[in-house]
Amino acid sequence: MKNCEYQQIDPRALSVSPLSAQIHTEKKEQRPRRKWEVFPGKNRFFCDGRLILSRHSGVLPLTLGLIVVTCGLFFAFDCPFLVKHLTVFIPVIGGALFVFVVISLLRTSFTDPGILPRATLDEAADLERQIDSSGSSTYRPPPRTKEILINQQMVKLKYCFTCKMFRPPRTSHCSLCDNCVERFDHHCPWVGNCVGKRNYRFFYSFIISLSFLTSFIFGCVIAHITLRSQAGKSLVQAIQESPASVVELVICFFSIWSILGLSGFHTYLVASNLTTNEDIKGSWSGKRGAEESGNPYSYNNIITNCCVTLCGPLPPSLIDRRGFVPPDEVVPAASTASQMELPHFSTKNDVNMCTQSTKDVLERMINSGSQTLCSPGPPKTTPLVQGLPSTAALSPEPPPSAGCSGPLGRRPTDSRCPLFSRSSEKESLHSINPAFRLASPSPSVTRTAKTLGGAADVSFMPLQPGSVGDEAP
Amino acid sequence: MAETHSLQDLRHQAAVIAKVFIQRDYTNGTLCQFQTKFPSELETKIDKQQFEETVRTLNNLYAEAEKLGSQSYVEGCLACLTAYTIFLCMETHYEKVLKKIAKYIQEQNDKVYAPRGLLLTDPLERGLRVIEITIFEDRSLTQ
Repeated sequence: MKNCEYQQIDPRALSVSPLSAQIHTEKKEQRPRRKWEVFPGKNRFFCDGRLILSRHSGVLPLTLGLIVVTCGLFFAFDCPFLVKHLTVFIPVIGGALFVFVVISLLRTSFTDPGILPRATLDEAADLERQIDSSGSSTYRPPPRTKEILINQQMVKLKYCFTCKMFRPPRTSHCSLCDNCVERFDHHCPWVGNCVGKRNYRFFYSFIISLSFLTSFIFGCVIAHITLRSQAGKSLVQAIQESPASVVELVICFFSIWSILGLSGFHTYLVASNLTTNEDIKGSWSGKRGAEESGNPYSYNNIITNCCVTLCGPLPPSLIDRRGFVPPDEVVPAASTASQMELPHFSTKNDVNMCTQSTKDVLERMINSGSQTLCSPGPPKTTPLVQGLPSTAALSPEPPPSAGCSGPLGRRPTDSRCPLFSRSSEKESLHSINPAFRLASPSPSVTRTAKTLGGAADVSFMPLQPGSVGDEAP
Repeated sequence: MAETHSLQDLRHQAAVIAKVFIQRDYTNGTLCQFQTKFPSELETKIDKQQFEETVRTLNNLYAEAEKLGSQSYVEGCLACLTAYTIFLCMETHYEKVLKKIAKYIQEQNDKVYAPRGLLLTDPLERGLRVIEITIFEDRSLTQ
């Protein structure tokens, strides 16, 4: 289990310091790792990063099992009879549908839905600096929303505290996968993955073909039983001769309602260029009676909307799973961090970036009843090392990270915690609240307090284990 | 020449002074476009016209990648009919244009930006969020 310890920033790792030239000679030798190995989201990777699945894979095995079992029973018990009495095309059509359904399902499950990689430290720092217009060199987290005009309509872009960026329009953060997904539709437990921009068409073809398959099997089984009972036998006798048909009937009967309903719903969404997320939230439904709040992304033409959603260009995966992590780049799990400028920039970053880790810590605190505290700590810690690149001065760091450290082990989300230390574990263990070791407070104390207070509203959802993330999809 | 830097030199030897980020421009929806506003940090380094031309060309290339034309529809329909297995052997139009973009950025770096101590990072490496321009320390003054 990775341990996010309270760690100092290595000044040698700063990308914008006069010492940066020396860094290259001091890099640790480590085998080149692929980016999927250090991916911060809650995903599972297979085939060396070629396939991606959510860690909450839900009931994907059940979905696959149901489909395979039902079709298996169909081919084994119903098809021979129907081929004899009807036509040989029945298993052919059934087989083609089955193959199409399985391929669509696997493509939906194992395709990157359009995950946005998290912002680099430099970007996040730049974002905070840009927004601060007071002219002072302090940093604070950006406002939660930013309004922009899209096709003459006001759209709010939200700031994602986990990914440290303003989410593009139609992007949402999935709390189950802990990723921002473009054109986020929903997280489907049946396919074990989010449905987003890159796999929506696969998902749609999956549910449409599944509707056809279940209807087809349902129809064929009804025909089978009818034909059997017509040949002078009663219905009960016919059923006794082919008990598998009843199983198929039951499965199909219950599936048809939900699958057909889902297909109809998604057909409506495709035709109006909406996502499930937008539809549920009523983003464009003119709930206030305003005529202007139409969908700014719709082309106002059903055919165009369908074509765009289903046949439009497929953007490539942005997370570059199989790329190698560059040796001089910040690897969140590594022990050095490249900061943009002077150390104190990173301090503010840390406060913001560690809201997630702070939340984890708080959760564990509550659960374990530990005395470690994070919240009161931060206000005193933020300023810390003001512009001192020397190693000695870098010991105190914001408590959120300190909170991550010590006896509290960390999940892979420590990748978000950019504080890395060169000091020994001993220091991290008892620097539970490094605030108290700070020499001097800083004027930005109160701002940090507000920051964390604000951040608390965002990321500190009532401490529910497992519901990590800014907001529900 | 002393004042021109090769890309190799920049990447391996020069120190990074600052990084400028050109953010996305969403006024036309979710299409990938970048803001053409000239950042103040680059005022002393590069000509405004040059910079705007680079960003505009990149915007045009991205628009071409996401263009909804007959080619993309044919590709989409063909993919649907083959249960999307065709993507395993064929490169999509989008990927082809991304390669073109990478080549363009490389060319711009070699000809325009590296001699001025700047380096453009392909937005694809940043998840198409920003165009990152790294400003390197001017070695020609120190040498």
